Amino acid sequence: MKDDQHYIRDIAAMRTMMERSTKFMSLSGLAGILAGMYALAGAFIAHKYLYTEGRLAGLILLAVAVLILAVGSAVWLSWKKAAKRREKAWNPTAKRLAINMAVPLVTGGVLILILIANNLFSLMAPCTLLFYGLALFNAGKFTYEEVRSLGLIQIALGLTAAYFTNYALLCWAVGFGLVHIIYGMYIHYRYER
Amino acid sequence: MKILIESLHKAFESRIRLGIMSVLAVNDFLDFNALKDYLDVTDGNLATHLKSLEKEHFIGVKKSFVGRKPNTKYFMTKAGKKAFDDHLKALEKLIKSQR
Repeated sequence: MKDDQHYIRDIAAMRTMMERSTKFMSLSGLAGILAGMYALAGAFIAHKYLYTEGRLAGLILLAVAVLILAVGSAVWLSWKKAAKRREKAWNPTAKRLAINMAVPLVTGGVLILILIANNLFSLMAPCTLLFYGLALFNAGKFTYEEVRSLGLIQIALGLTAAYFTNYALLCWAVGFGLVHIIYGMYIHYRYER
Repeated sequence: MKILIESLHKAFESRIRLGIMSVLAVNDFLDFNALKDYLDVTDGNLATHLKSLEKEHFIGVKKSFVGRKPNTKYFMTKAGKKAFDDHLKALEKLIKSQR
């Protein structure tokens, strides 16, 4: 007869299997920390040189650069983490996560282009926070649960930024910079050691 | 005690078969490669276990084509769901009785 330790191990294995096949757990905390640092650097440059003088082209270029760096790091580190766990990064859970984030993100992106076309620049930064927050809230079901509360924080910051437009850049730096770094460290210490 | 052990289905003695049932319990459909990835097993090994579960009518197979490549998807049948649930219940009882 098998002892009960065996069955407890069975249950543990089932739990891991179920989680592995429904949640994308290769997301890297380190990537969050890096994204936060890029965002802080970007916000600093924007504050110093661009935002007050309203140099729109420079601002957009800077934003795109920060975005590419952040997404690039996230993809690269997730890929590495998946390889370490002997999984493929681009598996069905990753696809589900990507689709569920893409809808709010693309909506936000298009809205921001519309805002630019209509000279409503003051709402640009709040909108990035809002739609990113919605995307994260949605994503929380398909990866670490903590991502859900991260989304709520970004939404709250986005609404604050939309009302107090003078503090929009500050809110943006807190949301994309500080909060990312804090969450990245949390994920890193909780799941990656 | 004896009754409890008997209600643990023999098909679920292997941890790989248990793994297949676990992932199919939370995913509607999975193809062969996805299963292989999650369970970290070889092709032949996985195929054998899938066959035996299929024989028990615990899982079903749906064949289709992606472009010109054949694609086989697996899903849990009603009988499989029931057997899996019963197995879970038996495990639960077993562990409770040990306390």
